[in-house]
Order: sequence, then structure tokens, then C-alpha cells
Amino acid sequence: MEAEAAKFIGAGLASLALLGAGIGIGNIFGNFLSGALRNPGAAASQNGNLLLGFALCEATGLFGLVLAFVILFT
Amino acid sequence: MLHQIAGPMEQFVIKPIVPLHVGGLDLSFSNTSLWMALAVAGVTIFLTMGMARAALVPGRWQSMAEMTYEFIANTVRQNAGEAGMKFFPLIFTLFMFVLFCNLFGLLPYSFTPTSHIIVTFALAMLVFITVIVVGLLRHGLHFFSLFVPGGVPGWLLPIIVPIEIISFLSRPISLSVRLFANMLAGHTMLKVFATFVVSRGAAGGIMSAGAILPLLGIVAVTALEFLVAALQAYVFAVLTSIYLNDAINLHEHH
Repeated sequence: MEAEAAKFIGAGLASLALLGAGIGIGNIFGNFLSGALRNPGAAASQNGNLLLGFALCEATGLFGLVLAFVILFT
Repeated sequence: MLHQIAGPMEQFVIKPIVPLHVGGLDLSFSNTSLWMALAVAGVTIFLTMGMARAALVPGRWQSMAEMTYEFIANTVRQNAGEAGMKFFPLIFTLFMFVLFCNLFGLLPYSFTPTSHIIVTFALAMLVFITVIVVGLLRHGLHFFSLFVPGGVPGWLLPIIVPIEIISFLSRPISLSVRLFANMLAGHTMLKVFATFVVSRGAAGGIMSAGAILPLLGIVAVTALEFLVAALQAYVFAVLTSIYLNDAINLHEHH
């Protein structure tokens, strides 16, 4: 296989990290919603934690994206 | 037409504005220095002008300045306790700097300093070294008991302790890559969508109508980027206070 082709395949594989991020973000918002519907009174106080979890989770997927960029541009 | 469109990565190129070479060092005043200086100026204007004519009943500007202050003060108090409030100036400065760098980066034709890992890594190393110095000063060598979590059976320690040490050492990396990757990915995404708009629009005739979809995409992504810009600054501040809590209170959590 040509090195260039392997590079593109590697970059594509690295972006699979977004799969995990997608599952994680879905989990966070899904669980928040089910919790919030059970106890709407407590929901507003957890907004900070919700967004924090979302941001931490999203960043994990972006690590994979950075890897893809490193593979492509170095 | 296509060859005239700048690539999505071209926005991150550092261009010297005032070239300055001292010895073998390149100390040029570049576009990244300019936007960092603008961010500092923005924070200074936002906070000092907002509080210049401080009234008992705050106006719009004053309440925005007070709200950001209160918001971060509450975050620090929640995560690091009253003892952590000693480090509130550090955390508030980091938050405001990162926030304004991120927000100014969303202006068209601007530059985002936080999209460069060396900038975010320098900030993260500042936090990391502060945590170690504060921990060693407050607890001495007892600080290293941070790597031995309580309530763990003895035979697990040979596995747990190395894991704790590795996770501690990777903190500056994850802290810096998180911020940098978010900025890099968001801005790249915006420019990729912009390329679609231009190439579709240049198609001519009825095909040009296809440009409307990626254009709407840009609007949506820009809105998301405003959320991410504020959120990442907040995450940076929260994690800084959580890390400082480790150094200040060692095992007791708030």
C-alpha cells in the first residue's frame, strides 16, 4: 500500500473517536432528561453539571479529530 | 474559481506584524500576540468600565460584570471550598482571558490564539505547576498521598498508584488539548462549510440555490460555537479549581 493511502485510512480511523463522543453525549442528555422528568424541581440546579459533562464528553471525541489532523498534516 | 478558496487550515497561520529577532529567537509581534493583547484589553475595558460608575442598583453593563464575577466565585467556592478562594484571582483571570480569546476568535477575519496548542499548553502548565507548588507548600511530602486513594485494599495499590500518577501527569495535556481541539475543530468546521457555500454558489444558474443549505449550516454552527466558546472557558475554570482542591484539601472533597 502507498504511504499516502495509509495516511488517509489512518486519519479516517482516528475520526472514529467521534463514535464514542456521540454515544456519551447521547447518554448525558438522555439520562438528564429522564432524571429531569422524574424530578423537575431539581433539574434547574443540575444545568451546570449537564453542560460540564457535555463539554468533557465532546472534547474526548475531538482528541481523535486532533489525531486525524496530526496524521494528515505532519 | 475553486483554486482561489483558502483552505480550512489557513486561518491558523501565524503571521508576524512587527518582525523582531533577538539573537536566535523570533520575538515578532504576530497576529496571535495582537489578538491576545486585544483580549486583555477587552477584559480590562469590560470590567473596569463596567464598574467605573458603580451604583447600588446596577445597570446592564455593571450587572454583567458582577454576574461573571459571582458566577466564577460560586464555582470556585463549590469546587475548592473557602480555602480555594485564595486562588480566585488566578482562576478568574484564566477564565476571562480564555473566554475573550474564544469570543474574539469568532469575529470574522480575526484570529483565535486559543486554537494554538502552545498557548493553551502554557496556560495548563501554569495551573499544573501551581497545583504542585501549592500542594508541596501546604502538605509537604504528605502531598504525594494524593496518589494513594483511601479505602483501597492493599493488594490493589501496585496497580492503582501508577494509574493515579499517570492520570495526574496527563492533566496538563488533557486540559490544553481539550480547549485547543474544541477551538480548532469548530473553526475548521466553519471554514469547511464556507467552502461549500462558495463552490455551490459559483456553480451558476439553478445550482447556486444549493448554497443555501451550507449557509444555514454556518449559522447553526456559529451559534454552537458561541456556546462552546463560553463552555470551554467555564470547563477550564472548573477543572482548575478541582485540581487546586486536590492541592489544598488533599483527600476531603467539597
